[in-house]
Amino acid sequence: MKSFLRFMKPGDWAVLLAFAAATAALAPVAFQGGAAEKAVVRRDGVVVAELPLTQARRIEVQGALGTSVIEVQPGRARVAADPGPRQYCVRQGWLSQPNAIAICAPSHISLSIAGRASSHDSLAY
Amino acid sequence: MTLSPIELVPTADDRRIARYAAAAIALSVVEAAIPMPLPGVKPGLANIIILVVLARYGWRDAVWVSLLRVVAGSLLIGQFLAPGFFLSLAGALASLIVLGLAMHLPARLFGPVSQSLIAAFAHIAGQLAVARLWLVPHDGLFYLLPFFALAALLFGLANGLAAAKLLEETRPA
Repeated sequence: MKSFLRFMKPGDWAVLLAFAAATAALAPVAFQGGAAEKAVVRRDGVVVAELPLTQARRIEVQGALGTSVIEVQPGRARVAADPGPRQYCVRQGWLSQPNAIAICAPSHISLSIAGRASSHDSLAY
Repeated sequence: MTLSPIELVPTADDRRIARYAAAAIALSVVEAAIPMPLPGVKPGLANIIILVVLARYGWRDAVWVSLLRVVAGSLLIGQFLAPGFFLSLAGALASLIVLGLAMHLPARLFGPVSQSLIAAFAHIAGQLAVARLWLVPHDGLFYLLPFFALAALLFGLANGLAAAKLLEETRPA
């Protein structure tokens, strides 16, 4: 192994270090996994609202049982209220990961987080 | 043997290029059989030959050997005109262009290792450019960039050292 070092000229070390630094600088790209960008509200699979996760707001969505309330805050979203009997989607709380989804099955409403890219196909709790 | 009115007489240049191209093609066929964790990541062993040809016979011969390698190598593994062929061609052309520039770096300071690293990074740049523009028109492709860069760093270094060793061992008389 050591004998190979004699092939390394000063400029070779410089080039190697430059490319190694460039590779190290690129490394974070592999681990950012895509930031959450917007909340997507669907009824019966049809998109009824797309809300950017940059500003806080509340919207009301008409579901099969009545009115559901979707709340968005910067970087996260939740189903704040839903007329469903068991309240699973409400109790799921805030969603912030890309592709996380809260499904209010009785109301036919779903809330999912969309990101640029994700390491997961979906996240359910 | 019937006499043909058309006779192709291979010159010494042709024979030399064919010999090196054969070595490069053999290496690319061999490495096609090596399983790799990520599609598109390959050691690029044929580039050792390209570097040796570049150092010994200059850029024109290196271009010939490299392009013959891409075309004949893809024919042998059944990838001719498949997407992989165009990625390979784009990478080879990008490498050859930067090698044409890098070969003028002062030889006292920069050896085959520099050329190999520069060519390896040009190779992934050319490949990714074609892939992004044509095959996968989505920025998600660039998430693969760190892995390609790491492969280019490691294999570029290894191939450069191998080329330096070959050039030292078989100095032409």
